Amino acid sequence: MKLQRRALIRSLFTAAAVMAVPRWLLASRPDAAFDADNTASVVGDLFEGPITESDQVTLKVPDIAENGAVVPVTVSTALTDVESISVMVENNPTPLVAMFELSPQSVPEISVRIKMGESSKVQTVVKAGGKLYSASKEVKVTIGGCGG
Amino acid sequence: MGKPIKIKAKIKGDVAEVKALMPHPMESGARVDADTGETVPKHYIEEVVCKHNGNVVNTAFWGTGVSKNPYMAFKFKGAKPGDKLEISWRDNTGDTSVSEVTFK
Repeated sequence: MKLQRRALIRSLFTAAAVMAVPRWLLASRPDAAFDADNTASVVGDLFEGPITESDQVTLKVPDIAENGAVVPVTVSTALTDVESISVMVENNPTPLVAMFELSPQSVPEISVRIKMGESSKVQTVVKAGGKLYSASKEVKVTIGGCGG
Repeated sequence: MGKPIKIKAKIKGDVAEVKALMPHPMESGARVDADTGETVPKHYIEEVVCKHNGNVVNTAFWGTGVSKNPYMAFKFKGAKPGDKLEISWRDNTGDTSVSEVTFK
């Protein structure tokens, strides 16, 4: 009897702890999306609902990348309540490059350097307030950065 | 244990600006070694966690498309001088690295 009560109390505590964790902390790495070989599968794996092209999302990436092995990308947005920022390169063997999950403490501005195998559309998707927004840009690559 | 992460963190107004450089080969699994002719296996950072005084500020999930020796910059609110900033990564082989700096 005593043991049962202890187990019950323990399970209640566990449940409370799980519920207390903010929603944005719960996600783990979306492995399937990172393995997907086309943008449509990545989007299908990662997101639910329509994605709207938005001028509130700023994607800073060079027009011409001389070295595809190191292409600087900065994503920022005027949107509030930003939950995640993802970066995809359409023509890479696996288009999903990075996904950043932001806490409410974050300022929605992220920079990272990425590889591009060839000239391609670079796309970012920002999840803010439960909705999805995107921006994209064509980048011309002079020397590819995925092989040797 | 992976190589230490180089972190630059400063406070500008009410916003903390963080720049991090993580020495790591970031092998995509597609590169062929010029000497041996063999494909170099995948070896890349999968997850980066940034914490301010122990609280997660952001989590980055990466694929093989992030450049060698990854650079990452981000900003967040609420940091004060003396606060700690910790960045850690885990790669696909299970290797990890953790570094910490204190805001001035």
